[in-house]
Amino acid sequence: MELLNKIFIAPFVDMVAAPDFLMQVLWEGLVSGVLYSLIALGFVLIFRSSRIFNFAQGIMVVFAALTLVGLHEMGVPAWISVALTLAVMFGLAVSIERIVLRPLVGQPDIILFMATIGITLFLIGFGEIIFGGENKQMITSELGIPTGDFVLEPFGGLLILQHIDITAVLVAAALVVSLLLFLNKTRMGRAIRALGDDHQAALSVGISLQTIWVLVWFIAGIIALVTGIAWGSRAGVSFALEVIAYKALPVLMLGGLESITGAIIGGLMIGMLEKMFEIYWGAPLLGGNTESWFAYVLALVVLLFRPQGLFGEKIIERV
Amino acid sequence: MLYRTAGQFKTSYRADQALFPIKQDAFLLGIILICAWVVFPLTASEFTFQTILTPILIYSLAALGLNILTGFAGQLSLGTGAFMGVGAYACYKMITLMPWMNPVIAILLSGVFSAFVGVMFGIPSLRIKGFYLAIATLAAQFFLVWLFEKWAWLYNYNASGAIQVPNLDMFGIYVSGPQASSMTQYYLVLFIVSLLTYLCINLTRGNLGRTWKATRDMDIAAELIGINLMKSKLTAFAVSSYIVGVSGALFVFMWRGAAEPNLFDIPLSFRVLFIAIIGGLGSIMGNYLGAILIVGLPVVLNTVPSALGFHVESALLEHLNIMIVGSLIIFFLIIEPHGLNQLWRLIREKLIIWPFPH
Repeated sequence: MELLNKIFIAPFVDMVAAPDFLMQVLWEGLVSGVLYSLIALGFVLIFRSSRIFNFAQGIMVVFAALTLVGLHEMGVPAWISVALTLAVMFGLAVSIERIVLRPLVGQPDIILFMATIGITLFLIGFGEIIFGGENKQMITSELGIPTGDFVLEPFGGLLILQHIDITAVLVAAALVVSLLLFLNKTRMGRAIRALGDDHQAALSVGISLQTIWVLVWFIAGIIALVTGIAWGSRAGVSFALEVIAYKALPVLMLGGLESITGAIIGGLMIGMLEKMFEIYWGAPLLGGNTESWFAYVLALVVLLFRPQGLFGEKIIERV
Repeated sequence: MLYRTAGQFKTSYRADQALFPIKQDAFLLGIILICAWVVFPLTASEFTFQTILTPILIYSLAALGLNILTGFAGQLSLGTGAFMGVGAYACYKMITLMPWMNPVIAILLSGVFSAFVGVMFGIPSLRIKGFYLAIATLAAQFFLVWLFEKWAWLYNYNASGAIQVPNLDMFGIYVSGPQASSMTQYYLVLFIVSLLTYLCINLTRGNLGRTWKATRDMDIAAELIGINLMKSKLTAFAVSSYIVGVSGALFVFMWRGAAEPNLFDIPLSFRVLFIAIIGGLGSIMGNYLGAILIVGLPVVLNTVPSALGFHVESALLEHLNIMIVGSLIIFFLIIEPHGLNQLWRLIREKLIIWPFPH
């Protein structure tokens, strides 16, 4: 009875008793959810256009953030280092396409997946040699991002909203909207989606595989930079950031590997649910730190009922 | 010339289906076995045992287990490290609860536990396929490592949270713990690895192995010709996790001597996956070739600069190592996506017809 009470009743009593705390938890969850969504978005873009499961997205986040901070440390003004970082990410996209992807076109999915793990290892070694392994401060104020916080008092309680978090949410929303516009309204965007639907058909109407792949990896690089800035200003920039890539994987499972909407909604859901689970169930009952696996187990349970994820394309199999 | 098959006639189906239908293959294997059982132990130093011989064997066993699942049954798994952990913790609990137990039997039994856990986490594979399944196996990875950390009973409530291998003896000779000699441990590992490899070769050639291969090549078609997919996938998970679990027990008891939960974290899983893929999915020998490359490479990279008289800082060297391993993975995938085993097969075919081009 005691246990049942702890599982089914006590957490909800806590929630109702302290609604301001619940809102704080949800807000924190929402912010991390936004970042999960952004990373998942990078995955989805690359997966849709090339069927490559890009494991390197997480390290691209770290690499972009480190380049930005590293350039600024060398005395380059903040906004110019952003531009230079974008140039570096473009160079990265071109070289990945030239050196790794082009020779591997048409290989089985798992081989391409392994190749992206190879890229991950390479970038870890390369980044550590150039930028060093220690934790660095993100150049938040230099980029003009406000650093204060709002204090609200709903229900007579206390709710603190960091300005950084609000900026992150707004920038992410703007990024997603412009990405959707780009994919749906421009020529290039349509080419990306065409490539995702059918490689051969897209090639036969004159869409260049190479250009699109570079473009897609570059967009993934931009998303990585935005994620890197947002996450880095919360926790600092180091290779420990790489673990957020593992956070984005269950988001993909939940939302479906092909779906942009799925990535966004899945990310927000997982961000909020895992925070709630950790605070109300994980920490008191299971000894805490449940965030490392909760998202996976949640996604696994959902997948048992919908094997293609919540928003994925229906799997039709032919023999 | 050396590999000429002319004159080796098969007069019965039995001879045709022998494990090594070509004499030279059996001869080569004999040489390798003699090296492994006699030559290496006689010549190797303590350092070689600890950094090369034993780890190569243990990693190849783990890769063999993964290869059964991914290469033969086609179910991509990223949770190998955690299953190795299950084997190691199961072995530790058995040894500490029942100290009279023979260590070899404990190690072989510990695989049973990981097989059970593997089947549990394999159940989703009946509904989920491809990358979705790969991510689902990550659930096992993160959940189990978390469990190793939080479930104090597993490490007997000691303060450090790590498991420490006790001194164990078998017929009066120490086989694990600080007092055991590297050579005894090497022989023990070699014995278990040889045994399991032999079983696996025959398993993959037999009925079960063919069922797995049919499932891998096209599961719907396999179902249509009457293969029970549930049985096929779950046996693959069970056998694979059994082998991986045994390798995990060996990993801790015969090599590391102690283990913390994060030892079994995701880098270990990826390491084993590299070995299996670089060696060649769907092959047995590939696992050994891959392990030699992945385990041997850092050792070589660590010794070469100092041997040439360069002084390189160890931190820089470590990062260079990661970089080089990463690029080599890409390099090998590009030159031969089917792995080192395929390279050997091509060489062998060339040798058989050499010196005539056709």
